[in-house]
Amino acid sequence: MPRYYTEEHEWIDVDGDVATVGITDFAQGQLGDIVFVEVPDTGAELTAGGDAAVVESVKAASDVFAPVDGTVTEGNGQLEDDPALVNSDPEGGGWFFRMTLSDKGQLDGLMDAKGYKAFCDAL
Amino acid sequence: MTALNRAGWRPEMNSAGGADDTVTFTGNRALMLEEPLIFEIGGSETTGVDFDEDAPAADLGALARTAPIGLPGLSESETVRHYTRLSRQNYAIDLGLFPLGSCTMKHNPRLNEKVARMPGFADAHPLQPQETVQGAYAVIHELAEWLIKLTGMHSVAMSPKAGAHGELCGILCIKAALEARGEDRRVILVPESAHGTNPATAAFAGFTVEDIPATPEGRVDLAALKARLGPDVAGVMITNPNTCGLFERDMKAISDAVHAAGGYVYCDGANFNAIVGRVRPGDLGVDAMHINLHKTFSTPHGGGGPGSGPVVLSEALAPFAPLPFVTRQGDDFRLIEEENASEDHPQTFGRMTAFHGQMGMFTRALTYILSHGADGLKQVAEDAVLNANYVLRSLEDVLDAPFAASGPCMHEALFSDKGLAEGFSTLDIAKGLIDEGYHPMTVYFPLVVHGAMLVEPTETESKAVLDQFIGALRSIALRAKNGDPALKSAPHFAPRARLDETLAARKPVLAWEG
Repeated sequence: MPRYYTEEHEWIDVDGDVATVGITDFAQGQLGDIVFVEVPDTGAELTAGGDAAVVESVKAASDVFAPVDGTVTEGNGQLEDDPALVNSDPEGGGWFFRMTLSDKGQLDGLMDAKGYKAFCDAL
Repeated sequence: MTALNRAGWRPEMNSAGGADDTVTFTGNRALMLEEPLIFEIGGSETTGVDFDEDAPAADLGALARTAPIGLPGLSESETVRHYTRLSRQNYAIDLGLFPLGSCTMKHNPRLNEKVARMPGFADAHPLQPQETVQGAYAVIHELAEWLIKLTGMHSVAMSPKAGAHGELCGILCIKAALEARGEDRRVILVPESAHGTNPATAAFAGFTVEDIPATPEGRVDLAALKARLGPDVAGVMITNPNTCGLFERDMKAISDAVHAAGGYVYCDGANFNAIVGRVRPGDLGVDAMHINLHKTFSTPHGGGGPGSGPVVLSEALAPFAPLPFVTRQGDDFRLIEEENASEDHPQTFGRMTAFHGQMGMFTRALTYILSHGADGLKQVAEDAVLNANYVLRSLEDVLDAPFAASGPCMHEALFSDKGLAEGFSTLDIAKGLIDEGYHPMTVYFPLVVHGAMLVEPTETESKAVLDQFIGALRSIALRAKNGDPALKSAPHFAPRARLDETLAARKPVLAWEG
């Protein structure tokens, strides 16, 4: 299952026509202790680069952007009760939402793990 | 103590840095008084009110209360003591330098308070017949004229009740002007260096917000802004001086470009206190700008008083200003409201407030202006900027100052957490300042600077006071650079030690639960 990364520090796992989206370990480290997460409603239509979710830490509130176009099929309801999951397991149990892919071609513009590591190292 | 401390704990200063391990019976240490929650000292057997025993039963039907109300009962003296004790644990501008600066509250000259309490102002009612409150109208009108003169603008809407309310007023004027022109422009551009309320205001008014990046030196990227302008852009919202503490030098070029593209320029004037008397926003092509009276004209704020956010407007936006407002006809003042607006002010976008605005703030602001005079106001800006630059240059050798090379700062000195020891953060420095007897500065804002620390000393602090603050912050910065473990658990001398802010945010307890 290929994993892609965005310059906005989101990861996206693609499994057939469905993608799982979350924020990277680097992102949670920068945000600090996360105290609140708002995930999109099922059925929400997302546009690549548009607002998809909100993550709030003790330092700041940030938008999480949709990496590609598509429709939300599921939000991670567990984050509502346990936002710390994003800190402890950002690239696993701390996923934000699942969505369909309207245009798989959009994945070509994203980074792979190696590319993302180089991107972070350059920051 | 008025009652036993039922919470059963002692002040933590006993065990963390106190001179010895002596524990007192009450938990107090001389004049450092411990105080329980009011629910812990109040009981149902006491009340401060002498109820009439024969009070008739109120006929509330199904709404009648069937169980005890659960509020703590205390006598008047117990209530007064409780809140006075709590207030002694507070920090205030009247106790010392307050590095949050005018955003929260700068020094409030006592003359302002004296004038605001004069019965003719303090006891006036907004529904009084107009002929009986001509003096109050004269104050509103004279303050309006001062604001117009100081900003070099065409007119001013006095009624908005705070800075963000003023932003909304300005953006609604822009929206009304576009509607009058028959144009459907939906995009408001907001630079990264703007206040966070700016994009919120634009979105609230129904516009789409687009970011404009900042240059490495912390100012608006003029080329990026120009590249984005077009027939869909309603305007820009720029904070000047900006949140990086810098003056936007390209403001006139920005305004010219926006106007050439058919848009309007909103300037967030929250930081006008850095340029009052020196720069007139009207000369920079601004179409609308709010002025936070507390920041520039020393009205109370930050829990001490209501906000007030008059909005100065260009000639292009003036016809759309909200109702009501005061006009002068010879020696008489009158209010323009819906009933008489059709002849004098037919294009108004409507009304934002029930009445004329924050009268108590108007009297204080006008007092401040008249007691300083034009030359004094100019010195306000100069001293605010001088004090901030003194802080910046006195600490840039121990704290990273990301925009130190961009030239003098305005009224705020900005530092980052770069160069602190591994594991040490801005939060540790803020907590260390509490032990030194200061309220911390603004932290983690602006977002464009990592671990930001924003210090605004304001214009009233003397060099001696600044030197002591600088000495304290320098000492803490060095401890953070050297990895002093004691700093990680600061504050040690406050009524409470380091609190778990994460837990408080994740699982807030907002109500008394017996």
